[in-house]
Amino acid sequence: MTETPLLELVDLRVRYPGRHRTVEAVRGLDLTVGREKLGIVGESGSGKSSVGRAILRLLPPTAVVTAGSMRFQGSDVLAASEAEMRSIRGRRITMVTQDPKFALNPVMSIGAQIAEAYLAHRHVSPEEARQRTLEMLQTVRFRDPERVFASYPHELSGGMGQRAMIAMMVIAGPDLLIADEPTSALDAAIQMQILAILDDLVGQRGMGLVFISHDIDLVAAFCDRIAVMYGGRIVETCAAGALHEARHPYTRGLLAAIPRLERAVEQLPVLARDESWLAP
Amino acid sequence: MSDPLALTVIGVENLRVGFGGGAQSFPAVQGVSFSIVEGEIFGLVGESGSGKSTILRVISGLNRDWSGRLTIRGQEIGKRRAKRFYKTVQMVFQDPYGSLHPRKTVDAILYEGLAVQSMDDRQRRIERVLYDVGLQDGFRFRYPHQLSGGQRQRVAIARALILEPRILLLDEPTSALDVSVQAEILNLLRELRVRRRLTCILVSHNLAVVAHMCERIAVMNRGRIVEELDSASLRAGVAQDPYTQQLMRAARGYDRAIADSFVDFD
Repeated sequence: MTETPLLELVDLRVRYPGRHRTVEAVRGLDLTVGREKLGIVGESGSGKSSVGRAILRLLPPTAVVTAGSMRFQGSDVLAASEAEMRSIRGRRITMVTQDPKFALNPVMSIGAQIAEAYLAHRHVSPEEARQRTLEMLQTVRFRDPERVFASYPHELSGGMGQRAMIAMMVIAGPDLLIADEPTSALDAAIQMQILAILDDLVGQRGMGLVFISHDIDLVAAFCDRIAVMYGGRIVETCAAGALHEARHPYTRGLLAAIPRLERAVEQLPVLARDESWLAP
Repeated sequence: MSDPLALTVIGVENLRVGFGGGAQSFPAVQGVSFSIVEGEIFGLVGESGSGKSTILRVISGLNRDWSGRLTIRGQEIGKRRAKRFYKTVQMVFQDPYGSLHPRKTVDAILYEGLAVQSMDDRQRRIERVLYDVGLQDGFRFRYPHQLSGGQRQRVAIARALILEPRILLLDEPTSALDVSVQAEILNLLRELRVRRRLTCILVSHNLAVVAHMCERIAVMNRGRIVEELDSASLRAGVAQDPYTQQLMRAARGYDRAIADSFVDFD
C-alpha cells in the first residue's frame, strides 16, 4: 500500500427508507483502498454491492447515503456536484458488473461503444479513439481486434462480453476499478482468464481494484487483502494469504461450510449465526 | 459403489438431442449412455452448454425432441409421459425464485401435486413433508416472496418429495444459494436420499459439490461424456481425460500460471 490512499471511507451508511421499515444495507463501514487488489466478500444481503455503488454515487435516489467522510484521492466525493461526479465516474473510477448483457448497448457495435467511452473523457480525434480502442481490445486478449470492433454484443460469448466491458472501463485510464461479481456468471476456466486480465491491468497500470464477490476462495486466491462483510459491516480484514488464520466466527463458519475436493466429510458444518455479530 | 446385481433404475442409451432443425441444428447431446442403480446418486458435471441439464430435461419429459433409448425401472419410456410417471420421477430446479408460483402459498403449492395425483390424506402429508425439509412452524401459509432463497429451495424439494417419488432429478439445486445455505440444503438432500431410498441424478458445474454428494460422476463436454469416474478418483485428481484435468485445475482456484495454460476443447 502507498502512503496516500486512493479511497478513504469513514463511517459509511446506506439506508433504504420504506413505508413500514427502513432497511440498513451498510451500517458504519470504514475502508481504505490503495493501489492494490482489495476483495470485499459477503453473502447476499451483506451490503457489499451497496458499498461499490455508493462510492460511485450510483445508488437509486431512494437510498440515503451518509458518511463521516468519503474521499477519493483527497477530494470529497460525498460533497461533489453531479457535474464533478461525471468527471470522476468513467474516467477516474469505473465499474465492471456481473452481466455484460445488461451493461453493453445491444444496438451499437462493440468498437463504437468503447470508442465513445474514450471520447467522452479525452479530447481526441475519432481516428485516434479508434486506434486506442483496437489497442485496448488487444490488451484484453482478443486475437482479432478488428473483427471484435465491428461485432455486436449478441455475437459475443459471456466471457468475450466481459472482456469488452473491461476494455471499455479501463480505456480512459482510471485510478480505481470497482468490479462487482465480474466473473460469477462464467465457467471456471473463463473466470481464470478474466482474472488474469484484471491482474495484468492492475499490475501494469498501478490501478486500485475493489473486487466484490460472494466467493471467498476466489477472492483469497486473487486479491491482496480481504474485507469480510456481514450485516452491513466489515467484521474482519486480513491479508489474503492469511485467510486460514481468520478469527471471526462468521469468516470461519463460511470457510467451513464450503465442500472441498481435498477433504471428504459426512456432513457439512452449518453456519450458526449469532446476534452479537450485528453489534457495532 | 454400484452393485452389479442391483436393479438399474435409470438407463440411458445413445441419447441424442439437437436444438433447431435442418443444417443449422445444434447437437446439444451427442450419444450419451449411462445407467444408475437403485439408491445411487449419480453426478453430471460440465461447463455451460455441455448438455448436462438437457439430459435431465429429457428424462423428466420436459424435452421431447430426442432419440435413443430410455428406461426407468426396467420399462422403456417414450416421449410423452403419463401422469403416473411423475409419481415416480420428480425434479428440483436451479432457481428457487423462478420455480415457485408467486401467487400461491406454500400450502397451495404442495396441495396441487397431491390433487393432480389424486393422493389422499393431504393435510397430514403436507405437514409431514414440511417437517422433513425443516420448515416446521409458520411456513405453511406463507407466499414465496416471504421466504429466503434457502427456504424456497426447501419448498421446491418438499413439492418434489410429497409425491413420494423413487427418482429425484436435481438441476444445480444449490448454485443460486449462498455457501452457508448450500451446506444446509446439501445436508438435507443427503439425509433425505438415505431415509427415502431415492435414486438421484445431480447436475452441477461445481466439482466439490458433486464429489461431496455422488458416488459416480460423469464429466461432460460439448454433448459427450468424456470420462466417468468415482468420487475418490475425483478427489485424488486421477482423471485420465485432458478436459477433466483442466476442469480440475480450474476448480483449485486462481493461479496465474494455470490461467495461462488453459486451452479450448472442441
